[in-house]
Amino acid sequence: MTSNSKNSRYISSLFIKRTKRGDKVFYGLVIGATLYTLLMVGLVAFSVTRGSIDIFSAEGIQFVFQSNWNAVEGREAFGAFPYIIGTLLSSAIAMAIGVPISLAIAIFISEIAPPRIGTPLSFITELLAAVPSIIYGLWALFVFRFWVRDLIEKPLYDAFHGYIPFFAKTPFGLDIFTAGIVLAIMIIPIISSICREVMRVVPDSQREAAYSLGATRWETVRMAVFPYVKSGLVGAAMLGLGRAVGETILVTMVIGNVIGPGAIPTSIFSQGQTLASLVANEFNEASSDLHLSALIALGAILLVLTMGINVVARILVKKKIKVSSGAKSQ
Amino acid sequence: MTSYHSPKKNYSEILHETVNKNYKKRMIVNKLVTVLSIVCVIAAIIPLGSILLEVVKNGASAISLEFLTQPQGSIGSGRGGVGPAIQGTIIVVGLASLIATPVGVLAAIYLSEFAKGGKFADLVRFFNDVLTGLPSIVIGIVGYVIIVLSIGSFSVFAGAISLSIIMIPIVVRVTEETLKIVPYSLREAGHSLGISKAKITLSIVLPSAKHGILTGIVLAISRIAGETAPLIMTILGTSLFFTGITGPVDALPLRIWRLASQPYESAHAFGWGSALVLILMILAMSIGLRLLARRSSFKGAV
Repeated sequence: MTSNSKNSRYISSLFIKRTKRGDKVFYGLVIGATLYTLLMVGLVAFSVTRGSIDIFSAEGIQFVFQSNWNAVEGREAFGAFPYIIGTLLSSAIAMAIGVPISLAIAIFISEIAPPRIGTPLSFITELLAAVPSIIYGLWALFVFRFWVRDLIEKPLYDAFHGYIPFFAKTPFGLDIFTAGIVLAIMIIPIISSICREVMRVVPDSQREAAYSLGATRWETVRMAVFPYVKSGLVGAAMLGLGRAVGETILVTMVIGNVIGPGAIPTSIFSQGQTLASLVANEFNEASSDLHLSALIALGAILLVLTMGINVVARILVKKKIKVSSGAKSQ
Repeated sequence: MTSYHSPKKNYSEILHETVNKNYKKRMIVNKLVTVLSIVCVIAAIIPLGSILLEVVKNGASAISLEFLTQPQGSIGSGRGGVGPAIQGTIIVVGLASLIATPVGVLAAIYLSEFAKGGKFADLVRFFNDVLTGLPSIVIGIVGYVIIVLSIGSFSVFAGAISLSIIMIPIVVRVTEETLKIVPYSLREAGHSLGISKAKITLSIVLPSAKHGILTGIVLAISRIAGETAPLIMTILGTSLFFTGITGPVDALPLRIWRLASQPYESAHAFGWGSALVLILMILAMSIGLRLLARRSSFKGAV
């Protein structure tokens, strides 16, 4: 008997030792993976800094405000200003079109439509979010740009080009305006699905209170739903903005790709260039180390821009989703 | 005349009238908003319909056995196919998912099972979010500066690492969210049996969360399969088949981009064909992985 209990104690001690060792190995693995993700963040910061150091030591902070772009040896001049403007303008158009539509879709799916319609609709918008941007680009280049040219730009040109310098150029369909609309199409599914998620957080009691006071559906949305999740909706829009600012290939295909001072847009219908599209266009043809460094520096500016937008956006969205139990109101 | 009526009735009449008038206005506004939101929904669906229609219409006629297996013929001839691009996409995306899936899932296990609310975990989550929001072209720079410059050649490896950086944060987030939903009682049952934490996590918690994790992985793979920008800076794109992990390779998104910028009808047709192949590959991958999960022996508890 005694030997039996001794045995079992021996066995269990073995078992515990082994499980402890297994646990240690496992803990090592998971912490290793976590550190690996942090290492990737470090690598991003390191390589962008390392790559752009040449141009910033050559041009200084002036790089951000200059608008010449010349890669010819001996006459090298690089400035990011026109592309910063191009990026901001195309994203602004995308936001102006995309945000109201996304909000309307979110309202329709979460507040108006019965589930019988809302569920397949939300599935369709998710599907739209899964289409690779290169395919948006292909479609925009060969199909959509002619819609923009023939339905919007041509009529405007015919009506105004004599009087308003704004419409002075013959429309191509390849310009900042087209890029902005296609970006809007691309970010609508993203923004609307986050808006929907945020609006789901609003407790039904809020809506019921509004309805019981005799509010119409729109009034309920406006007075009971919106105030409750305002910052979350702003955050959703900003996440979309982050995507629009950083989108590369789609913009490259439709924005017209001009460089130098000519890339500073004179109207929303002029051809332009964004930070990301210039990097994509010239990266493989970079003629010198300085040219390459200038391109990477454009990436660095883009990095700072999107990081700022995203961090603020995440804070706004997270704050909302955290109070989901709904005891708090504003 | 009205002055002879009692003021009480008068007031209620006025009140009734205003309320009625207001009510009509409010109802009209309400209807207007409803109609407007329906219009917006339709406006968003039109592009999707048009994209799918054009890709299928223009792509289907380009696809043939030659198109799927052969390298591209001479420019503008309309001969050959995108075989190397299909092969390259499978290799680069496959390699990236082999790196990102274990790293992402393990890091998520750390966050949800080990760290929970700690400061370090919050830091990891924050940087994970930062990584998610980075434009893919910036991540291409990493592949270029770290790997291409040190190997001295554009390479499959650089492409796979870059794509894995895009994929990891998606996998981490979705996996962590899913692990959080697994009821705590399952873990307690494991603890009460004296099973080690590693075993509890691997054979109780993970299988229960299998479907959610898989959805995340599928989502992430379909995201990186369509990425173009980082590939420009890492794998370069060639018209040749795979030559080795340190050599350049082609990929479908990259090929579509190059084809679209050529001035030939035949190149554009190839572009549409490649787009259709890309969409079908993503679809097949997501259906295939789901079927695989359904067939595997362990049925999830959640």
